[in-house]
Amino acid sequence: MIGFLRDRKVRDYFWQGLATIGLLAVVWFFVQNASENMQKAGMATGFQFLWRDSGIEVPFNLTGYKPSDTILALLWTGIVNTILVSVVSIAVATVIGFSVGLLRLSRNWLLSSLAGFYIEFVRNIPLLFFVLFWYFGVLAALPTPRESMGLFDVVFLNRRGLSIPTPNDLAGFRIAIVATLVLIAVQFGLSRWARARQARTGRDFPLWAVGFVLCGALPLAAFVAAGFTTSWDVPTLRGFNYRGGFVLVPEFVALFAALSTYTAGFIAEVVRGGIQSVRQGQLDAGRALGLSPGRVVRLVVIPQAMPVIIPPITSQYLNLIKNSSFGAAIAYPDIVSVFMGSALVATGQAVEIIAITLAIYLTLSLFVSLLMNWYNARHKLVTR
Amino acid sequence: MRVFASAVSAAFFVVASSAGAQQLAPSPTLDAIKARGHIECGVHLGLPGFSFANDKGEWTGLDVDYCKSLAAAVLGDATKVKFTPTSVQQRWAVLQSGQVDLLSRNTTITFSRNATLGVNFQGINFYEGQTFVVRTKAKVAAVKDLADATICVAAGSTEEKMAADWFRERNLKVTIINFQKNDDAISAYDQGRCDAYTAGIGALAGQRIKFKNPEEHQILSEIISNDPQGPVTRWGDERWQLIVRWVLNGTIAAEALGVTSKNVDEMKAKSANSEVRRLLGVEGKFGEMMGISNDWMFNAIKQVGNYGESYERTVGMGSPLKLPRGANQLWTKGGLLFTPPFQ
Repeated sequence: MIGFLRDRKVRDYFWQGLATIGLLAVVWFFVQNASENMQKAGMATGFQFLWRDSGIEVPFNLTGYKPSDTILALLWTGIVNTILVSVVSIAVATVIGFSVGLLRLSRNWLLSSLAGFYIEFVRNIPLLFFVLFWYFGVLAALPTPRESMGLFDVVFLNRRGLSIPTPNDLAGFRIAIVATLVLIAVQFGLSRWARARQARTGRDFPLWAVGFVLCGALPLAAFVAAGFTTSWDVPTLRGFNYRGGFVLVPEFVALFAALSTYTAGFIAEVVRGGIQSVRQGQLDAGRALGLSPGRVVRLVVIPQAMPVIIPPITSQYLNLIKNSSFGAAIAYPDIVSVFMGSALVATGQAVEIIAITLAIYLTLSLFVSLLMNWYNARHKLVTR
Repeated sequence: MRVFASAVSAAFFVVASSAGAQQLAPSPTLDAIKARGHIECGVHLGLPGFSFANDKGEWTGLDVDYCKSLAAAVLGDATKVKFTPTSVQQRWAVLQSGQVDLLSRNTTITFSRNATLGVNFQGINFYEGQTFVVRTKAKVAAVKDLADATICVAAGSTEEKMAADWFRERNLKVTIINFQKNDDAISAYDQGRCDAYTAGIGALAGQRIKFKNPEEHQILSEIISNDPQGPVTRWGDERWQLIVRWVLNGTIAAEALGVTSKNVDEMKAKSANSEVRRLLGVEGKFGEMMGISNDWMFNAIKQVGNYGESYERTVGMGSPLKLPRGANQLWTKGGLLFTPPFQ
């Protein structure tokens, strides 16, 4: 009868099942307890507030949100803004981080100590200070709207942000985007073909030159052509501010600058560590094969450093996403500012709102982790 | 049998309540205050005139004075208050979780707050009205001239919503930038990020001091909203709510009855006015009915003063803010401050 209990697998499943049920019971108890106590205290509970009118103004949104929309739409606007600043900052932080990390290893004393100074400076300053420094520093340096810096009278830079014209008709741009995607696909196919041919015949193909034309010059021409076929909504000074076009607000610029330069400092150290983990013998072997120094880095060092670099860089990316919440301090309308700030005070439903915000950050972070793990698995060193 | 049982318990109740002192409803908040020896009062992070800590950590202001009066009434000593500075976002959670006994911090009374947050508003100690501060050289005379302007505001305040509504209803476009803290919104406005900063007219009078060059700014006299403010308590514990409400009424009644911190001893000893006598605990034992000393309002007025004295000292002519009484004048003198009778 109890013979099956001797099976180790069965016992493992039994204990794991028991632990899961226990965990769920604890969570259920806390949720139940909280909602009961809140009801007793006369506080509104539940998620119905998400469908209420928000009435909250968001100065920077890409979702077409209006204050007459629901709080759910407000939440979505916040999420989009958080993702926007995170993605742009991650991209730029990676570029700066890799550059500084490589400079740190440079044989040039001036370059490597400058890079070292940057890393130490950035890593030893609290991020909030950094964000406020960028914000108020940027604001103080910019002119008032009436004294705006203009470029060809279509682009204007002032304390209210960077006003750029927007096209009134997007049809041409859609065609240009599709054309660009097709060209990138062609370039991708070409590179596979070139690699196969090189493996077969040993003949090189001018992949970079072709790529420059296919993915650089041609798309640029397509976008310029699209720009000439439409009319533009050009910002003009009306009353206090420039109206029309799209305004890149200084809050975004300051937060983006702070997050990317800050995280870059950490990424640079990770990159340096990763590269130094590649043994000298590998470099010597590469050189002995007659590879140029650039190729040694590209073909020998980087592929072996990447598996060391990726996991810690992933946690830097996750940190950056979470750190984007510092935007609330400078009124960047991210999820913390509009949802955990404005919407929370408007509705007072702190428990629900904080739970939703937590869930969203968790989802974003898990998604990034999955992506990076997938990338890491693909690029793992195949050892024989 | 059951009839007999309920008759017996009813008899017991009558005997018990007539024999001893008055039976008081339980008040866990008051018991806790007496046990710990001070009141926990939630105030603003720093708003000159209303709640502001100086460099020695001493709190002053109209909202602070109310908490001091409450401490004098409940514990007999106006200094037995601990002030907890709270931000716009924290305030409700701090009150709901029981960290403070009450909030006294420029909080506007609104329907949805009353209906959904589990809080009660216990009266009005300041009639605030929302307006805007602009640079004098911007040549703004009325609020509608702010069309197309950028406005800095503290996120989650009633002002944020009110300003958005006001301009939307009039089909005027403005850009509203929400800061998490008042001070950040103020310094962003001061740096030129915004054309205007919006808050209550009383709050602005105090916050104006924080600008780099206060004389370069002007506060518009046009008021776009009506923001009554006063002390806030949690739902439940009616007896504590009663005390909070009637200490506020008491300070206003004292001004109406001419009782001040200077003449309160004399009034207590000599006044023939029976409402004064009840207020100061000579007659009626009003304090006992709430479970505190009958000297409650005597202590409060003696140590802190009546509403008018407190107003003049903190935001009125005796202060840097120099706010006229306006709506915050007694109803007998053309204002809106009114108190039910002490009877």
